[in-house]
Amino acid sequence: MQQGLHSCGACGLLSRPEPGEDAGRCPRCDEDLAFRKPASLQRTWAYLIAAAICYVPANILPVLTTTTAEGTASDTILEGVVLLWSPTGWPLSLIVLFASIMIPSAKILALAYLLITVRRGSVENGEQRVRLYRIVEFIGRWSMVDVFVDVFTAALIQLQPLMSVEPAPGLLFFAAVVVLTMLAVESFDPRLIWDSASPKEVRYA
Amino acid sequence: MSEYNAQTVGPLRAGSKARLYATVYNQSLADAALIACPDCDMLQRLPDLAPGASARCPRCDKELWRRREDALNRTLALTLAAAVLYVVANTVPMIGLTAVGREASTTVLGGALHLWRNGPAIVAVLVLVTAVVAPALQIGFMLAIVLGAHREHPPRWVGPLLRHHPATRTWSMIEVMMLGVLVALIKIADYATVIPGVALFVLGALVFLLAGIQASFDRREVWQRIEWAIAGERRAAAGDRSAERAS
Repeated sequence: MQQGLHSCGACGLLSRPEPGEDAGRCPRCDEDLAFRKPASLQRTWAYLIAAAICYVPANILPVLTTTTAEGTASDTILEGVVLLWSPTGWPLSLIVLFASIMIPSAKILALAYLLITVRRGSVENGEQRVRLYRIVEFIGRWSMVDVFVDVFTAALIQLQPLMSVEPAPGLLFFAAVVVLTMLAVESFDPRLIWDSASPKEVRYA
Repeated sequence: MSEYNAQTVGPLRAGSKARLYATVYNQSLADAALIACPDCDMLQRLPDLAPGASARCPRCDKELWRRREDALNRTLALTLAAAVLYVVANTVPMIGLTAVGREASTTVLGGALHLWRNGPAIVAVLVLVTAVVAPALQIGFMLAIVLGAHREHPPRWVGPLLRHHPATRTWSMIEVMMLGVLVALIKIADYATVIPGVALFVLGALVFLLAGIQASFDRREVWQRIEWAIAGERRAAAGDRSAERAS
């Protein structure tokens, strides 16, 4: 960017824009070019706030409804973790606890931290912050575990009238949290972390 | 009136897409080894690597390029295997159970279908996309890319496929689904006897194949082989001009 060169986000080719043009297309792969992902900070904040709002009903509302001869019971995500806890099943319980509760909240906090430090023009810990971004990017998909658990549990346990399990509204909000945080990660441009370290560069954030 | 319209539309229709939308291409640099790090934008020159070696960004430690040995052939073999396993995994039952003399089983599609009928439909779509559609696109795109890149002059459509392949990889979550199914199995084991289906083992193998494809594929090699978008555009424009001259 300092050199006035565009780096293609898809194929990595460096190219020089035509004079007078803001951004053209990549001559090799036809991708629309920009110095930075467009409106990266605003879009990441938007997805992140939406995810944080959905996070509340995702944890309060039940994700599964179990109907047995004795009656109907609903479980939230946390209750699901507690139910799994047993002398033999505790490692799985821990997996679900990590994937469904720790990862989404850690993701929201980590992205908020990255956004705030970029906004404040922090020049410190660039390497740690980009590493944090990569961890968030890598680990985010694993939050979907709970969605799959609930879907296949519900699809299998259909032993009417003895016992049946159905998905409940909390699942919708939980899935929304996972998708929204993944979109937030996608729209964040890690190159912004380094921009304030080189003040001569034009700020496109 | 209608004649007037026909006259103005005529030359435009004969023209290329470039003239209609005024596509502006950047100019490429003379030095193809010069790149900017995708994570920190540091400008650097990629060294010529030996097969298996990798180059990392000195500032942010991002792996910029890992040269793979015999990338195209290995990727093709793994992708073909993955395509076969994918078809099997989606046609045979994945998990089943028996309880009080009753049996039930489901496929991957069955799980999504049940949710579509009984739960939030959007989540059913999400499950369908992440567990069925995205993996299919991931395997299909890769197969087309590798087969296309195998030719002496890779066809034009290889570029767009390669451009969109990372998105299919992001949303394809077979390995996450596997973990989810295992947790569900153990949960259900409290109430009923569970029967792991054939698809469960096939999916397990598929997870490793997909990781293998990711590890054997060399994007940079294919990018260097494809026809440039700007070259195709120029040729299309030249073709239009000669067509106009002929007419």
